[in-house]
Amino acid sequence: MARTIYVDNAATTAMSDKAIAAMTPYFKEIYGNPSSLHTVGQVAKEALDAAREKMAKCLNCEPREIYFTSGGSEADNQCIRSAALQGAKKGKKHIISTAFEHHAVLHTLKKLEEEGFEVTYLDVHSNGLVTAEEVRAAIRPDTALVTIMYANNEVGTIQPISEIGAVCREAKVIFHTDAVQAVGHLPVDVRADNIDMLSLSAHKFHGPKGVGALYCKKGLPLLTFIEGGAQERGKRAGTENIAGISGMAAALEESCQSLDKNAENLTRLREKLIDGLLKIPHSRLNGDRVKRLCGNVNMCFEGIEGESLLLLLDAKGICASSGSACTSGSLDPSHVLLALGLPHEVAHGSLRLSLSEANTEEDIDYIIAEVPKVVEYLRSISPVWEELENGTRKHLI
Amino acid sequence: MALYSEKVMDHFTNPRNVGKIDDADGIGEVGNAKCGDIMKIYLKIENDIIVDVKFNTFGCGSAIASSSMATEMIKGKPLSQALELTNKAVAEALDGLPAHKMHCSVLAEEAIRAAIKDYYDKHGIAYDKTQFPDPHDEEEEKHDFNED
Repeated sequence: MARTIYVDNAATTAMSDKAIAAMTPYFKEIYGNPSSLHTVGQVAKEALDAAREKMAKCLNCEPREIYFTSGGSEADNQCIRSAALQGAKKGKKHIISTAFEHHAVLHTLKKLEEEGFEVTYLDVHSNGLVTAEEVRAAIRPDTALVTIMYANNEVGTIQPISEIGAVCREAKVIFHTDAVQAVGHLPVDVRADNIDMLSLSAHKFHGPKGVGALYCKKGLPLLTFIEGGAQERGKRAGTENIAGISGMAAALEESCQSLDKNAENLTRLREKLIDGLLKIPHSRLNGDRVKRLCGNVNMCFEGIEGESLLLLLDAKGICASSGSACTSGSLDPSHVLLALGLPHEVAHGSLRLSLSEANTEEDIDYIIAEVPKVVEYLRSISPVWEELENGTRKHLI
Repeated sequence: MALYSEKVMDHFTNPRNVGKIDDADGIGEVGNAKCGDIMKIYLKIENDIIVDVKFNTFGCGSAIASSSMATEMIKGKPLSQALELTNKAVAEALDGLPAHKMHCSVLAEEAIRAAIKDYYDKHGIAYDKTQFPDPHDEEEEKHDFNED
């Protein structure tokens, strides 16, 4: 393969050199167990404390409000279940969320519905956004929790989190946000954003896989998910993944320091990419163009199917992702695109390109040159496209 | 690529018999856009022999590869042999398909049968109707659900 252009950073990112360097001492030199009282253990404990402090500083919270987890999914599960149980104790069994959350949230909510909770899924409209007013209108006396993602993993739309948080604060309802796609990419500030609980994942901001964290505002009860030890203030047993945690903290610190510079550069590349791809006839950008992550581009091309598009782009060295049924492994295309109101046949032809700081202007030029060729080829062999063109099927975009 | 065999990737990236036949003797179309795959097969038939076959497919990599392989397997063959082509044989010829992609090979088998039925219907040729069960009567293919 001549070149590889990795534009699937919403799936995972390459680790930064700083994150790798921050991890390596904890494999061999500083191998102690932080729970051990001897020197070797206590050196590891210091590293754990230092990482927690770094994370807290980046999110503007106290170190003891940070709990390390195995990743974003675990954090989502723990936060939502904790808030739900707390509500249930007071007879509150209503939860507000959106239809296009990550499945770590949606599947947890489904389970809670089976357990007797009622969930209101707010409409995300065609632009992929909810408003604080819509959240306010949905809050009831028995609402235990509002859980709305900070930024969407597929279409990249950024919700008005601080306003939603303010509404929840006023109504005294716990507000959790799945910020897996936002942390390290947006200036997330749990105090300013009125967030009570937050989930994050290290590998989305150039940290290692298999490690994440949750923020839980002090005073709010957190369920113990894994029993068996006093780690994480008794809320998650198990010897800490010190290398992973240190790598995550270093990656977050680095990302937060270069937030503005990265955002400016990425937004410029994103806009160029969107303009270039919108030149393809019968294509559309999914999600609000302005209120979106600076590295996210999500398009639909009518008359073709996403998996074949992905595979042919991969053969040209472009690594992207799609929300088609075949790539999701289910019968339906992405629930996110369906939540935006896209018809199934359009949602099957989606392409997500998620950029990182490593992407260059040349990468964008190459993608803009290659994607139209692949789309055109797939359309040339597509009976759906034939019908769209001869008028027996109506164009939807 | 781990998802597909080399054979699948070969037939997907260099599909055989892509295109249309303007004066086709039989055309079969199966699948629907809502589910994400449609296969359309064109047959040219002389003396009960498939002298030419082309396809157009909207679908994933394995749908395109299954169309390509299935058309290769019936080209130059008598109709009686084409009717015996099973989805299993198509999948085997591709060195296997992932479990949740087996329905693509089913579509290929159905598209060929539909095209032959169309040929019989158009030309007033009598045939055994039990040979052409309505595919919609069969149970929906279930996909495995795995998420990243």
